[in-house]
Amino acid sequence: MDHQAPPFFNHGPSPLARFVFFASISLVLMLLDARLNALDSLRQIISVAVAPLQSLAMTPVELLDRTGNFFVTQARLQNENAMLSQRQLVQSAQLQRLQAMQAENVYLRNLLGIQQQRGENVVAAEIVYAGRDPFSQKITVNKGSTHKVQAGQPALDEIGVIGQVTRVYPFSSEITLLTDKDQAIPVEIVRNGARAIAFGHGQDGALELPFMAANADIQNGDTLVTSGIDGVYPAGLPVAVVSKIERNSAFAKITCIPSAGVNRHKQLLILVGEVRRFQKPDPEVAGATDGKTPVLRKNRP
Amino acid sequence: MHYAGAPELLKPASRKFIFFTLVSGLLINLLPWHGVALTFRPDFVALVLLFWAIREPRKLGFVAAWIAGLMMDVGDGVILGQHAFAYTLGVYAAIVLHRRIQRFTLWQQASHVLLLLLLLQTTMLIIRLFGGGVFPGPGYFLSCLTGAILWPVLSLLFLLPQRGRPNADSVYSAGHK
Repeated sequence: MDHQAPPFFNHGPSPLARFVFFASISLVLMLLDARLNALDSLRQIISVAVAPLQSLAMTPVELLDRTGNFFVTQARLQNENAMLSQRQLVQSAQLQRLQAMQAENVYLRNLLGIQQQRGENVVAAEIVYAGRDPFSQKITVNKGSTHKVQAGQPALDEIGVIGQVTRVYPFSSEITLLTDKDQAIPVEIVRNGARAIAFGHGQDGALELPFMAANADIQNGDTLVTSGIDGVYPAGLPVAVVSKIERNSAFAKITCIPSAGVNRHKQLLILVGEVRRFQKPDPEVAGATDGKTPVLRKNRP
Repeated sequence: MHYAGAPELLKPASRKFIFFTLVSGLLINLLPWHGVALTFRPDFVALVLLFWAIREPRKLGFVAAWIAGLMMDVGDGVILGQHAFAYTLGVYAAIVLHRRIQRFTLWQQASHVLLLLLLLQTTMLIIRLFGGGVFPGPGYFLSCLTGAILWPVLSLLFLLPQRGRPNADSVYSAGHK
């Protein structure tokens, strides 16, 4: 057993002194990180040490996945194949129409002299793991800055918007889902074109539309799509469907269910086109914010 | 009173083994946990740190706890310093209490560890609430319970390499050859 150490066995500073030292560095780090976002480079450096551990931790899971894939029944594959080829047929018809319309659109836009919409390059990414942090709704995918992914780019699945890239590492990136508490997305009601901003709700996987007047023209079942006025999300992508409206106070309490499988899929797409930056008003004149990547977030108190 | 630790003489743990357990803890924490499994997943790094802080407080200190904490912060993508702060606090509490805790049986130790894990978890909760988070529900604390239940298993496992001989007699005779 351990004995009480005599005073001449000196072991350096007391535990309390050490604790105070390390706790205060941690506090400073937290303040710098949360308030000033000043520690991205430190995060990158630590991620170099963590990344091998992460990939090592992923190996058994991938192995299991692969063995699982190997034993898929033929019937299931045939079913899937039939379904996919059918879908392919439908989509190729739609694609032909789309191409014709795109060409027409380019022509018309040229006529009007409107700026060309950016070409949308997509990167298909796979979800490495869903977030382990119970306080936020984030996922990590296997594509990073080496695949031209940048912070601020939108992430989609085949139905609609999932979220936005918020942190990029060389071989992976972190996507904040629409349902995260601080995540915001500008939307438009398809039925009447009314614009709003949808905020994530946190745990329960819903979105809400604050700042809508109690008598706003919005109904249950209304579809919300991206409005495209933010320069981040292209216009017209499905975002959510209104599920509940309470008109008790000055502002309606509107809850929506995301359209895309925000936490269902393994694959998703990241739109890697250049994040469009608008000319900001002169900061001297307007006192505007800095010109960083337009990650849309609620202002923290 | 039954002293669990008293009758057994153990070899000191090697630093290599402590390092190995810490890295394994990090590895297990970084597995792609999600859903229900994530709710029940104990914080293995915290368990390893607490174990060595109680067992060998001179060999595992604040530096290891702090660095492991930063690695967890980056791995989980949370505010830098959240785990680091909680782990240093936990290690401090464990070092202060280590003589007391060592005297109990494994299950009694587990109840102490439950309190320590709750302290860690509450610290992180407070940090996140200050950062503008919302309380994720009481299920947030379930991992502490599973951690405490795992404690006896972990203790037996971690003490295996330090059990040199099967019983005290052979240790005695070996020492007097």
